[in-house]
Amino acid sequence: MSNVMTGGADTLLNIDQLGKRFGGFVALDSIDLSVPKGQRLGLIGPNGSGKSTLVNCICGTLQNETGSVTFDGLKIDGMVAHQRTRFGLARSFQLPRPFRSMTVAENIRVPLLYTVNARPGTHLSQGELDDRCMELLKLVTLDAKASKYTTDLTQVEMRKLELARAMAAEPKLLIADESMAGLSHSEVEDIVALLIRMNERGVTIIMIEHIMRAVMTFSQRLVVLVSGRKIADGRPEDVIQDKEVVGAYLGQ
Amino acid sequence: MRTPAFILVLTAVAAALYFAFNYVGNDYLFFAGYTVLQYIVLATAWNILGGYCGYVNFGSAGFFAIGVYTTVFFHTVGQQIDTLMPEFLVAPMQLIFPLPLPILIVLAGAVAGLVGLGMGYLTLRLRGVFFAIATLALTVVLETFIVNWSFVGGSRGAYVIPPNEVPIFGHFIQFLFALMLALVILALTTARLIERSKLGVGFATIRDDELAAEASGVPTLRLKLVATVVSGALMGMAGAPFPFYIGYVEPASAFNLSYAVNSIAMPMIGGTTSWVGPLVGALLLGTLQQVATVTISSAVNLLIVGLLLIFFVIIAPRGIVGLVQDWMRKSRKETKS
Repeated sequence: MSNVMTGGADTLLNIDQLGKRFGGFVALDSIDLSVPKGQRLGLIGPNGSGKSTLVNCICGTLQNETGSVTFDGLKIDGMVAHQRTRFGLARSFQLPRPFRSMTVAENIRVPLLYTVNARPGTHLSQGELDDRCMELLKLVTLDAKASKYTTDLTQVEMRKLELARAMAAEPKLLIADESMAGLSHSEVEDIVALLIRMNERGVTIIMIEHIMRAVMTFSQRLVVLVSGRKIADGRPEDVIQDKEVVGAYLGQ
Repeated sequence: MRTPAFILVLTAVAAALYFAFNYVGNDYLFFAGYTVLQYIVLATAWNILGGYCGYVNFGSAGFFAIGVYTTVFFHTVGQQIDTLMPEFLVAPMQLIFPLPLPILIVLAGAVAGLVGLGMGYLTLRLRGVFFAIATLALTVVLETFIVNWSFVGGSRGAYVIPPNEVPIFGHFIQFLFALMLALVILALTTARLIERSKLGVGFATIRDDELAAEASGVPTLRLKLVATVVSGALMGMAGAPFPFYIGYVEPASAFNLSYAVNSIAMPMIGGTTSWVGPLVGALLLGTLQQVATVTISSAVNLLIVGLLLIFFVIIAPRGIVGLVQDWMRKSRKETKS
């Protein structure tokens, strides 16, 4: 393992030799990845290449079988998902998963109550909770819909809610799993701008995406997964020129 | 309304009900009323896990029976102190036994709560219909255990003879009725407290989407365990006075499937999202069943439950409470425009 990529004090997430199998199928095969604080990382790969499995292993929805995940200097293998969220690791889901019996504002309240207030030393009062909700909804321009139920939201609003709910947990690292799939041209730009705004607030972001225009605008660094292996990692402009990457996407 | 005020109002209603029944002076009213009250507790308890968290528990009869048999157990111990205890313990034990019914209720709650914790730990990884099947299986296991445990009567059953009169209340059934009223107050207050707390928010996220709940920092397994413990304990408490009510218990009556069916049907018919739902459902269905038992036959009971359930699933999936909410929303819109 080269120490150049992993050893630095400003490393937020370090994945070392991570492996995951489903029966005989190798979903992830010895993945190494190190993400420094503040970076905007794009993660791409064809369908079934293991992107979502990797996200699930990082966030604790699935547990990795081999290798280890270190977050903010602490090994988090075996930790369940909600503990990782409290620790500063938030995610949005590929298909929006809002709490349907709650309003938009109440959706945002959940991570505030269970993550932010659960951290030692913080306790938000009712008023502070309400303020924080509105502030987050303003960030994603959903403040006008605060008291609407999630069934009344459009697709793009649902994605924004998903991101706002992840942001409510005050994460150090945000993983946005295909938060733009199925959106129109201008809506994609909207979300990219939103993610960059979040990054400017000091949040490290890993973005998983198929829409190359969005990936290229957003990413400072690009990682490519194919069949559970990492085949490229570097500056976006270089990576998309890479022969192996082009081959994986277009076929040889 | 704040919780102390809520408890005060409930107590006032309960007292009014008690004195009204007392005024009529017919013991049958107390007998019938007891059954309805018992169902309010069961339905409210079921709703804490089934309605708030979305986990359909088919094992209510099991938890109820745990309460029943906790009473039978301690009652039997009380009768056989001489043979069961070493000599030096006999005298002090005779002071403690027979345990007063309120203590038995607390004990039953503790035992049923513990079983709830165990059941939760074993089954809460299952979802939907699989969880329901697992809870039903747990009831069967418990029933087999009781059938083969001769100390509490086994399949022969056990007699628990209530005293004829108690101080203050007079007839024993009036005492039982008052106890059940207290349990109703406890159950409704607990449900309402949960609903309005952080715990209630957590439960709702589990019902809506467990993955998203975890990702938002909700410790889902722990909350689900809290729900099974609270729900199980309340069901056990509802079962504890039953041997005194009925006088003779055997496994088939204590584990009767109708408890499980009723405690699911009542919240479904009333509405599962708030504490009002199980209350309304149990009052309606429980009273209907009592009336049907007297006027037609006791076999009609389950037919009524089935028909009402089908009716509500089709016409008002969110129960009576949901129906009323929709109606209020509509009329508000009309007054606006």
